[in-house]
Amino acid sequence: MFKQLAAVTWMNLQTLPQRFGASSVIVIGIAGVVAVLVSVLAMGVGFQHTLADSGRADRVIILRGGSDVELNSNLTREDIDVIASAPGLVKDSLGKPALSNELVTVANVPKIDTGTDANVTLRGVGAKLLTVRPEIHLVSGRMFQPAVRELIAGAGAARQFRGLTAGSILRLRNADWTVTGVFTSDGDVHESELLADVDTVASAIERTGYSSAIGLLESAAAFDAFKDALTTDPRLKVDVQREPDYYAAQSKDLSKTLKVVGTTVAAIMAIGAMFGALNSMYSAVATRSLEIATLRAIGFGGVPIVISVLIEALLLSLLGGLLGAALAWVFFNGHSVSTLGGAFAQVVFKLTVTRTLIVTGIVWACIIGLLGGFFPAVRAARIPVAEALRAA
Amino acid sequence: MKFFPLLWATLWRKKTRTIFTLLSIVVAFLLFGLLETVDYAFSHPSGGASGADRLITINKYSITFSLPYADVQEIKSVPGVAAVTWLSWFGGYYQEAKNFVFALPIDTDSYFTVYNDDFVIADDQMRAFRNTRTGGLANSALLKKYGWKIGDKIPVHSTIWTQKDGSLDWTFDIVGVFDTKDPSQASAQAATFLFHYEMFDEGRNFGKGNVGWFEERVADPAQSAAVSNKIDALFANSANETKTQPAKDFALAFIKQLGDIGFVLHAILGAVFFTLLFLTGNTMMQSVRERIPELAVLKTLGFGNGTILGLVVAESLLLCGMGAVIGLGLSYVALPGIKNALQGVDLSPAGLVPGFGVAVLLALIVGIPPAVRAVRLNIIDALAAQH
Repeated sequence: MFKQLAAVTWMNLQTLPQRFGASSVIVIGIAGVVAVLVSVLAMGVGFQHTLADSGRADRVIILRGGSDVELNSNLTREDIDVIASAPGLVKDSLGKPALSNELVTVANVPKIDTGTDANVTLRGVGAKLLTVRPEIHLVSGRMFQPAVRELIAGAGAARQFRGLTAGSILRLRNADWTVTGVFTSDGDVHESELLADVDTVASAIERTGYSSAIGLLESAAAFDAFKDALTTDPRLKVDVQREPDYYAAQSKDLSKTLKVVGTTVAAIMAIGAMFGALNSMYSAVATRSLEIATLRAIGFGGVPIVISVLIEALLLSLLGGLLGAALAWVFFNGHSVSTLGGAFAQVVFKLTVTRTLIVTGIVWACIIGLLGGFFPAVRAARIPVAEALRAA
Repeated sequence: MKFFPLLWATLWRKKTRTIFTLLSIVVAFLLFGLLETVDYAFSHPSGGASGADRLITINKYSITFSLPYADVQEIKSVPGVAAVTWLSWFGGYYQEAKNFVFALPIDTDSYFTVYNDDFVIADDQMRAFRNTRTGGLANSALLKKYGWKIGDKIPVHSTIWTQKDGSLDWTFDIVGVFDTKDPSQASAQAATFLFHYEMFDEGRNFGKGNVGWFEERVADPAQSAAVSNKIDALFANSANETKTQPAKDFALAFIKQLGDIGFVLHAILGAVFFTLLFLTGNTMMQSVRERIPELAVLKTLGFGNGTILGLVVAESLLLCGMGAVIGLGLSYVALPGIKNALQGVDLSPAGLVPGFGVAVLLALIVGIPPAVRAVRLNIIDALAAQH
């Protein structure tokens, strides 16, 4: 039987070039589905990566209780002092804890591609910034100085928004700020932000108090004791979260939406592509009815015929799947886009076409191909031998 | 019209092929209908029937910054401003963060002067609201969603505003329920819960005397731009500069921040139609190729080039047209379903209209090449090829 199968399949494949037009319908139809599916899902994965990378298990974020996001939160100077004395924070040689008191606000900066204003996070950070966030590295310019209106811009923000290169001037709320440098931070969410000295930011927006406190713990295991110390302190009413948990919660909604949208659109497209595949395979079977009937007449079984048609459909759809995934990868992998994140400010992220996504796309392609090939395959096996031979 | 039976017969010459091609066209137009309506909704945010005369004034620096309440007197004095009211972002949810409640503190008199005609509220419930300090008016959809009843005391959690005791949970008495007069606004207002600004301002322990933003009604919508400029001129160079714009533009600017939705949708549609072009084009080519002897017979009978061209193009038009009508019809039927999924977005069938133009374009692109081939046919060769 395998011999028969191999013979029929080989015969089918040899005639493929003659049916170039009809076969390419399957390849291109499925490539379209896979390209759309992979690109939309790559958006969700990219966003998730950006936020998921924004945290270390040994770093904590402290917000006022019930605030959800930093922008809504408010901590007083006294709160910060209490938090700084909690056990478990990394200390420097002078005994100062690795804690950055931060103030998050939103600045309007025009986007490069549309020219329209978008909300960019301006984050005031404490003196311990580089101890708490060692992943921050300047790629150009120098660090901002406290007490003067200077800031550094994240590399992601610099790509998406106008006027964020070292040396340029940014007008924020009736005052000129100098961009002194551009930094990277391992591609995390802070690369979408502007960083400046916390007290300078506070005075510029006339605010007392802070949004959050970010602390670096001696180890990830120190979290529970640290959290208990703060949540049981009667002077405080705060939420203490590990950084990854905080950012994961923020990426959940958008990632889910993109997954639903991408899958729905691709599923509808897949139905269309399946009809295209059915058409092509039916016509492929029809043009070969004489050969198939001849094979049946000389004793070939029905099963090898069915399988050979399915193999052809599968090969074509596999080709389509690979083409679609390749298109998505070439055009969109690493493509930088931005959207409104959970904190009412722009998050810049890159579309990420992962291996899993490519595999997903190819699995979809094979399913479409199998469904599109099945009925034509059954018809091929049922071709009435005598009639087909006579018709010739 | 007299050729219609011939057209119909040739179209269904190969039933399975025509049905599958038709179904792929239907699917493509179903997607077209759905995506275009969503795109239309995002690029035409509806402000309701009376939305054109509404302005919104926010802090120029960002909406997350407040404005002094005292500005209201100056805005009132601007000629052309018929009414002004002030509001604040409450950031509310019910029990869990996913149960978003658009709780909006309102100054009852001025709010209902600006929105004089937008809401349907029973008179006695409106009276009860005015007389109850902790009273709240819930949208009928919100009431239904959480099973609230008039007379219930419900806690709404604010992610921003603490009360004097430090608590973020605010308790309201539901005294009434409202609906929007314009049904197209129903989904946009589905999570709205109105309560007294006075109670809000007295109850919160910081930010007193500041408001989130102002909303104005202008006497003459044609003067919106001039009035906006006059309002912003009042506060130019002050500590809190303002940015006033029509409510619709405000909504558009916000949507733009979500990213280039239109680009994504059109890129998807581009992929869909490129694929479809290939598929339908292939079907049409195949169908003409198979009919070469028949077309030769028609030519022998004296059918002119124009008629042959017309017949093939008409067949393509018929196929694409049927697919488009069915596909767009299906997406029209599916609209209420997506409306539920996209809360707050109003979908209008106006987004479907360009679909018919696309159908004609598609029909011409896939119909003309085989039609030209049919016209160029050499009768003798074609008839000879049959034997």
